[in-house]
Amino acid sequence: MKEQLPALIVAVPLLAALLVTALWWFDRRLCFPIAIAAVGASLAAAVTLLLRVLSEGAVDYYLGGWPPPVGIAYRIDHLNGLIAVAVSLVSFLNLAACRTVAEQEFREKTGAFYALYLLFTTGLLGILITGDAFNLYVLLEISSLTGYALLGLGPGRAFLSGLNYVFMGTVGASLYLLGIGYLYVITGSLNMADIAAILPSLLPSNLVIMAFVLCLTGLFVKMALLPLHGWLPNAYTYAPSMVSSLIAPLTTKVMIYVMIRITLSVFSFDFAFDETLLRLPILWLAILAITIGSLMALSQRRLKKMLSYIVVAEVGYMVGGFWLGNRSGMSGAVLHIINDAFMTLCVFLAAGAIAFKAEDDRLRNLTGLFRTMPATMAALVVGALSLIGIPPTCGFFSKWYLISGGIEAGQYGFVAALIFSSLVNGILFFRVFEICYFEPTSPPHAYRYRRTVPAAGTGAVTEAPADLLTVLIATAVLLIVLGLYSGEIVTRVIHLALPPGLS
Amino acid sequence: MTVEPLQTMVSIRPLIAVLVSLLVIPILMSSARSPNVREAWTLGAAALKFLVVASMLPLVLGGFQIEYSIARVLPGYGLELRVDALGMLFALVSSSLWIVTSIYSIGYMRGLKEHAQTRYYCFFALSLSATIGVAFSANLLTMYLFYEVLSLATYPLVTHHQDPEARSSGRKYLVFILGTSIAMVLPAMVFIAQKTGTLTFAPQGIAAGTIGPQAATVLLLLFVFGFAKAALMPFHAWLPAAMVAPTPVSALLHAVAVVKVGVFCILRVMTSIFGTGMLTDLNISTAVCTIAAFTMIVSSLIALSQDGLKRRLAFSTIGQLSYIVLGAALLSKSGLIGAALHIAMHAFGKITLFFCAGAIFVASGVKNVSGMAGIGRRMPLTMAAFFIGSLSVIGLPPGGGFISKWHLAIGTVEAHQFVMLAALLVSSLLNAAYFLPVVYRAFFCPEPESLFTGPVQEAPTWCLLPPLLTAAASVVLFFYPQPFLDLARLAAQSIFGG
Repeated sequence: MKEQLPALIVAVPLLAALLVTALWWFDRRLCFPIAIAAVGASLAAAVTLLLRVLSEGAVDYYLGGWPPPVGIAYRIDHLNGLIAVAVSLVSFLNLAACRTVAEQEFREKTGAFYALYLLFTTGLLGILITGDAFNLYVLLEISSLTGYALLGLGPGRAFLSGLNYVFMGTVGASLYLLGIGYLYVITGSLNMADIAAILPSLLPSNLVIMAFVLCLTGLFVKMALLPLHGWLPNAYTYAPSMVSSLIAPLTTKVMIYVMIRITLSVFSFDFAFDETLLRLPILWLAILAITIGSLMALSQRRLKKMLSYIVVAEVGYMVGGFWLGNRSGMSGAVLHIINDAFMTLCVFLAAGAIAFKAEDDRLRNLTGLFRTMPATMAALVVGALSLIGIPPTCGFFSKWYLISGGIEAGQYGFVAALIFSSLVNGILFFRVFEICYFEPTSPPHAYRYRRTVPAAGTGAVTEAPADLLTVLIATAVLLIVLGLYSGEIVTRVIHLALPPGLS
Repeated sequence: MTVEPLQTMVSIRPLIAVLVSLLVIPILMSSARSPNVREAWTLGAAALKFLVVASMLPLVLGGFQIEYSIARVLPGYGLELRVDALGMLFALVSSSLWIVTSIYSIGYMRGLKEHAQTRYYCFFALSLSATIGVAFSANLLTMYLFYEVLSLATYPLVTHHQDPEARSSGRKYLVFILGTSIAMVLPAMVFIAQKTGTLTFAPQGIAAGTIGPQAATVLLLLFVFGFAKAALMPFHAWLPAAMVAPTPVSALLHAVAVVKVGVFCILRVMTSIFGTGMLTDLNISTAVCTIAAFTMIVSSLIALSQDGLKRRLAFSTIGQLSYIVLGAALLSKSGLIGAALHIAMHAFGKITLFFCAGAIFVASGVKNVSGMAGIGRRMPLTMAAFFIGSLSVIGLPPGGGFISKWHLAIGTVEAHQFVMLAALLVSSLLNAAYFLPVVYRAFFCPEPESLFTGPVQEAPTWCLLPPLLTAAASVVLFFYPQPFLDLARLAAQSIFGG
């Protein structure tokens, strides 16, 4: 059983997805418990695996017992072990939060929603742990196709923006596939470790560089690195809120993981940073993504769209941090994958709660929320502080490494972009808070104590559903806990995930 | 230059001192329905906090440093607390004045029937936690953390009235305070961590030898302006704007806690990050001196022209904060003693003045200096306290401010900065020029010009008692400046030796 854990991470939600689909026709009450049990099992397996990696080193698993390069290998090391825990936890938390809202929003389609949710999680977790470049593509398609379907569940423009995502996503995946095809032609292998062993003897080779560029470009589309971000904001904005709080924290982050994995484990650090001239151009793309993403966020009038553009800017943080090519920058990028997943979950859940109650997330209509939804707003404040980068929330610490790496590499443009984005995030969120806090209907000194009735019309507390609210608050607390333990995470896990001998 | 090594002991007491007011917040929230219970908890927390801080005083005076490590958040840098003489001085001032301000808040907030009082007391408590956190920080990272927490905790207090004026002031407040700390302090701090590998305060500084002169100049300016709570010009505009807050907030936060956190951070960075030795060698602190002197004179001139009493006090605060920065930038022993002492002395004087301003507003609704002619006849006790408070801020005996300004003046002579001495004296004259006429016209304006007649009618006791207390404290501090003087001397000794 213990030996089969890597397979179980993927197999349990996959089978549960089929089970949920079937059960929807028989006993609907069972769907949610099965779904949450499946994701919980994945989470438990991921945690166990990470602990095993920490004590024994990387874990290899051959599907069906076929050794690579013939069979498909799963390989869990410090990097994907850590991210798998984060991804399964985000998926678990979001699923725990979404029942009330989802069942009200999807009604007859709730069963499909749970099934797609499970498949999507399967795909992402598979991408994380696979050691096979082509298998990765397959799982990428699983998560993408389910992602399209999930995004399309929303009302109104959702299916149109989902379609846009289908087109862009397909182009991205095809480019990645093309890159893998090149690699297969060159090396005759699809196993990552195998390719990595063969490649050095073939260098220097323009074909290898071509393969690398194709893979990267495909991934840039999938992770919405500016200027290839066009599909993201609308897709996330018009999606049902419980879908965007699943997809927004995870998709881009997992794609950044794939970039790191492909670069380090397939092509090698030395090749990527010394033998191609890609470092500076990508760094500038990242700077552009951060700056323009932030500015675009500034011009939005809807909460979810504003948050979506913040996601675009955050992608720049991680891409730039990784391509700084030093220990601090890369640690910052990996740590930010974890932190940003939870920060994004927190703010999107809060946005979901607001949308559920207010049924409108245009910024100017958010007045009075500090009174009517105090707990939700408190969680949103914590999430916002983390995105701005105020200690002791976790966002501060990943920003610390990123800035530190930028200074070390002498890339002051990147440092300036990070600071700029923090400032813009400050403006963005305090603008929202200002609207929520200052109410035109509340004259000063109007009422004496809380026990007297607040001004008419602004109403009493109407919080989000209990399940959503509990998870939201837990996530907000987690942001602070992660911050306080970020030193441990970096020294005990992330430093071991990076190539040894990194300056 | 010999510096005796301090003895170090580990104790959780600094953390308790920080947490007391944080942990009382849930209690305050749950007792929102019974204001008397809620206020009792606030007072209890304030008293407990003061006792915890004061319990560490004998140890600090006995040459101990008290340390406690909370968490290692970054490899090499943790959240760590350390109580030394300078931090002790500041913590003592803030925690003792919180008690007085809490008493005053009860009178003021109930007297004006303010809304959302529970929120007010909660964020007040949070602000005090952050203030003590800054005072007891052992490294720059911890200090930055609490600095930011304080910035955010005071925002709902500044914007308490939730009207358009509060909204625009709150905006200004955040832009100046949060903007500068993210844009200037954060990169400067990461740069120092990156180059030196440490952020822990050391008596001789940590930057010497690893950071070149140009970089040091830029970093110093980033810190001096970045800690915008110190309100050095041109980053001062938030302070007059913040005066829209209820008066107890202006009194404790914008005369004591918040603004002193700003100068305290500058003091710490100059002495314990750069180190006086390095600043002397590079000769870059003259720039800071000049900025401080400029702020001192200009803000006093502006104060002269302010009719709003609280705004006049705010500009006065801006000037007095610069005294402290100037004292630190002189890099002389007496200068530092004067700077540290002025944190305490100005606190007691200025809080008295704010309490009086609030008492006048509660009792008679007057907000402007021009409306105060003859008010001494109506509120003699309040105006007497106001008089003592202004003496202390001007630096005249028997106000405690005399002692700190005396040390500052000696400090300028020690540093051979005679221009700065002149600036100090001119500024003190200006202080007198914007305070004394207010007092004079309150008591001695001719009968026909007086706006107040009739019997004595003071503010409610809860509002009247605190200014009398702090005014008395100002006078007592003139005659018995210990323990603040001892703490200031200890702090200077650990840096300059001897």
